[in-house]
Amino acid sequence: MNVAVPSPLRSYTDGKAAVNASGATVAELLADLDRRYPGIRFRMIDEQDAIRQHIRIFVNRERVHGLGAHLAPSDEVIIITAISGG
Amino acid sequence: MPRKPPSSRKVRSAPGLLLLVGTRKGLFVMKGDAPRRGWQLSGPHFLGHIVHHAVLDPRDRRTLLVAARAGHLGPTLFRSTDFGRTWKEASRPPAFPKAATGEKGLVVQHVFWLTPGHASEPGVWYAGTSPQGLFRSADGGDTWAGVDGFNANPMHATWAGIGQDGPPDGATLHSINIDPRDPSHLYLGMSAGGVFESTDGGATWRPLNKGCAADFLPQPDPEYGHDVHCLRSAPTAPDVLYQQNHCGIYRMDRPGDRWTRIGEKMPKAVGDIGFPMVVHPRDAKTAWVFPMDGSTVWPRTSPGGKPAVYATRNGGATWHRLAQGLPAKDAWWTVKRQAMCADNRDPVGLYFGTTSGEVWASTDEGKRWRPIAEHLPHIYSVEAAPL
Repeated sequence: MNVAVPSPLRSYTDGKAAVNASGATVAELLADLDRRYPGIRFRMIDEQDAIRQHIRIFVNRERVHGLGAHLAPSDEVIIITAISGG
Repeated sequence: MPRKPPSSRKVRSAPGLLLLVGTRKGLFVMKGDAPRRGWQLSGPHFLGHIVHHAVLDPRDRRTLLVAARAGHLGPTLFRSTDFGRTWKEASRPPAFPKAATGEKGLVVQHVFWLTPGHASEPGVWYAGTSPQGLFRSADGGDTWAGVDGFNANPMHATWAGIGQDGPPDGATLHSINIDPRDPSHLYLGMSAGGVFESTDGGATWRPLNKGCAADFLPQPDPEYGHDVHCLRSAPTAPDVLYQQNHCGIYRMDRPGDRWTRIGEKMPKAVGDIGFPMVVHPRDAKTAWVFPMDGSTVWPRTSPGGKPAVYATRNGGATWHRLAQGLPAKDAWWTVKRQAMCADNRDPVGLYFGTTSGEVWASTDEGKRWRPIAEHLPHIYSVEAAPL
């Protein structure tokens, strides 16, 4: 599925704003992203498997709050970096 | 019995020096010529990243480690083995263990401090984090694991004040000192916890805070809970410990276990509060501090807007002001705990970076100062290394 990558994470994706990855859940999708782009997951997800404070993940424009959310191959995933201050 | 001091280190005749300047907006590298007069600034590396510490491995003099995080993104470490020409991210940065279901686990907010391991242990590094945890790498900083003797110690949450109030940017574990005579002998400082010592490579720890004030706690002489700003053992006499604390400047001579407040000899109008503490690379009686205003509501600026370094040449019995070349007035910056250091030349060069983005240098042990960089972002760390 198509995953939109925000600018702070594009150093991992060779500058690409959108990449392909797969998974039946957000957790699996992030694991696949990390296989393709090593290190990218830990910048978004902490060691307790929580989405970091200034990261937002949307599936079909709906915000998800955990990694267990289910995904279909046609889903659109958007990762957004939210306000973090100066 | 006091331990035998190591033999004096040979003064290097390196052709130049490297200054690693960690800032709120990235890493800058300064290369100095042999006389330490000409400096070339390069960078920023990792523009936009908060760089709390950057250190060159003195054992191979090639490996650079950088502790970084960005406003949106989690903490990580970047590594270079070619003086910063190319960088690679640590494949497993410091992280606390995943908690059992239903339990709340700790999350590393940032890596605050880096210390290369003992000379006999190439590739070993230690890192201190916020919240306060101790981590170790055995592969040059590529993969990291928690030091269980500290992080999993039944007293960890109590010692480190987990879940309690801390500084605005989080309590930090820092000042990891390794005894040059013994790789298993470690000291560390916590900004909310105090000084701790291990003599078995980190398997067990004990607090080392007797005699040190903690005037923000109700107990008169608590065992732990102190606010260490910077802890340094003397490079050639590691039994001599100096500490810049939230409550003054202290010294301890091991095997003694009681701190003596040597900052009481500082001028009363200046006080003995500050962040950094630097010890002479060859003379354990010489140390430098950079006082800040810790009066009233704690402005944490140069006292009176008149920045100055203070030095002792006699282990803290007396202090003298070193401000030649520094602004005489109207300079309200200060210097953070990793942002002041010494080189190993003779005479020793001293360097500090300010919260207003200037780097100042002295090539005569602090007598005269001159700016060697300006207009940088807020500086968090300055480390000197021979090229």
